[in-house]
Amino acid sequence: MGEELKLIRTPLYEAHLQDGAKVIDFGGWAMPVNYPNGIKAEHLTVRNTVGIFDLSHMGEVEIKGKQATEFIDGLVTNDVRRIEQEQCLYTCMCRENGHIIDDLIVYRFLDQNDGTPYYWLVVNAANHDKDVKWIMEAGEAFRREHGQEGLDIEDLSMATALVAIQGPKAQETLQKFTQTDLESIGYYHLRRGDFQGLEAVISRTGYTGEDGFEIYIPWDKAELVWKPLREVGCEPIGLGARDTLRLEAGYSLYGHEINEETNPINTSLGWVVRLKDRQFNGHDALQAQKDSGAETAIVGLVMQGKVIPRQGYEVTDTAGSTVGHVTSGTFSPSLGRGIALALVDVAHKAPGTELMVKVRTRLEPALVKRPPFVETHVRR
Amino acid sequence: MIPQDLKYTEEHEWVKVLDDGVALVGITDFAQEQLGDIVFVELPEVGVSFKQHDLLGTVESVKTVSDMFTPVSGEVIEVNPILSEDNEGFAPEIINQDAYGQGWIAKIKMSDVSELENLLDAAAYKKITEEA
Repeated sequence: MGEELKLIRTPLYEAHLQDGAKVIDFGGWAMPVNYPNGIKAEHLTVRNTVGIFDLSHMGEVEIKGKQATEFIDGLVTNDVRRIEQEQCLYTCMCRENGHIIDDLIVYRFLDQNDGTPYYWLVVNAANHDKDVKWIMEAGEAFRREHGQEGLDIEDLSMATALVAIQGPKAQETLQKFTQTDLESIGYYHLRRGDFQGLEAVISRTGYTGEDGFEIYIPWDKAELVWKPLREVGCEPIGLGARDTLRLEAGYSLYGHEINEETNPINTSLGWVVRLKDRQFNGHDALQAQKDSGAETAIVGLVMQGKVIPRQGYEVTDTAGSTVGHVTSGTFSPSLGRGIALALVDVAHKAPGTELMVKVRTRLEPALVKRPPFVETHVRR
Repeated sequence: MIPQDLKYTEEHEWVKVLDDGVALVGITDFAQEQLGDIVFVELPEVGVSFKQHDLLGTVESVKTVSDMFTPVSGEVIEVNPILSEDNEGFAPEIINQDAYGQGWIAKIKMSDVSELENLLDAAAYKKITEEA
């Protein structure tokens, strides 16, 4: 318990304890992994009705100034010039060798004063420190080349809380608390709006495969969002169900499907790498990888028996030769069976391919499935 | 609530000696609560003999995998059919609901009853759960 004292707490830590949360160390943060109802019940709550998540541990880095767009264009693999004002973009941020530092979401805002765009980079909590260091250093290098003016970078992570509301009833529930017309916010779009008069950034984004929103508010105002939602019956959802929900939806998680040893082309994230007429960190390495072809892919696996695949388990072909390994595996509460994402040689990525997962001493049959594992309900 | 009439291990297994001298074994309520929703149990094979503290099987929750060790030496003569994946009534959550009762895992024909003496009584086990 002594260790726990050193963990960083979100502004909702006390609220989680009051709700009976089991708290764990997640990348240096004291975070709720589940509440008394358990992961399965929380998972199904989000699939069937609505649940709320405290994601205040996520990092937010603000990039402002006339050169902001050009700077980010050189920083991330996806093409930030393609998105409109008040739109979000999923991307990777890579080293020169193409390996992934982090995956993140770029939020593009409109500065009301001068009409220029500015941005937030929303990054993984566990990668926050190295991301900020990388971005700040990239900023220094950029300024040396392009001049000191017109690029301001500020880490807003400890000033910004984040509450997600996810599930088929997310919109009707949230709409009761905001003047912002949620219906007008498209998938992966955002508004500067309000929550009961409190200024908030609201985006139609999430990590569950359900419709829903993410609500960014000032750090010390988090309870003004959390408590009213709890009072109207929104159940709190911990990181345990967040993981099973994202896995059923087939979303990659840093530290599992992707890491410092992988590049996006080899982990089925080629769709967030825009190489043409661009130059960004890792561009040439990723161009070379694309030209020579992906060697591996992230695939979905559905176990044919009742066993549960887990991270690190070996994946073989039906003859027993190793073709890859499980990067994330769990019991799927929606399907009632074991599912996994696995990194395999590209020759084995076709849906319907029969593979085996080594569970303890036995090889257990699995079928390759193109994720998501369940029908998702995000608004396209 | 830790039943007084059972013996325990430090790894959170319990054993109950039945009238015929057979040992009924399972995992404790504390263990199931730590694991969360139990969704799979890899059971030992009936007819196989184990030594005390050998790996007996595996209990899996949504989130994690936990090894289970036998509190006593002997031959497995029966496993709980509710936990068998081939059984139509497969319902591993029974361990969450009733760890000391319907959630038992295996029956073991003990080969050395004196081993019971080196297990923990309820008071000693309670202390372990409080320190955890």
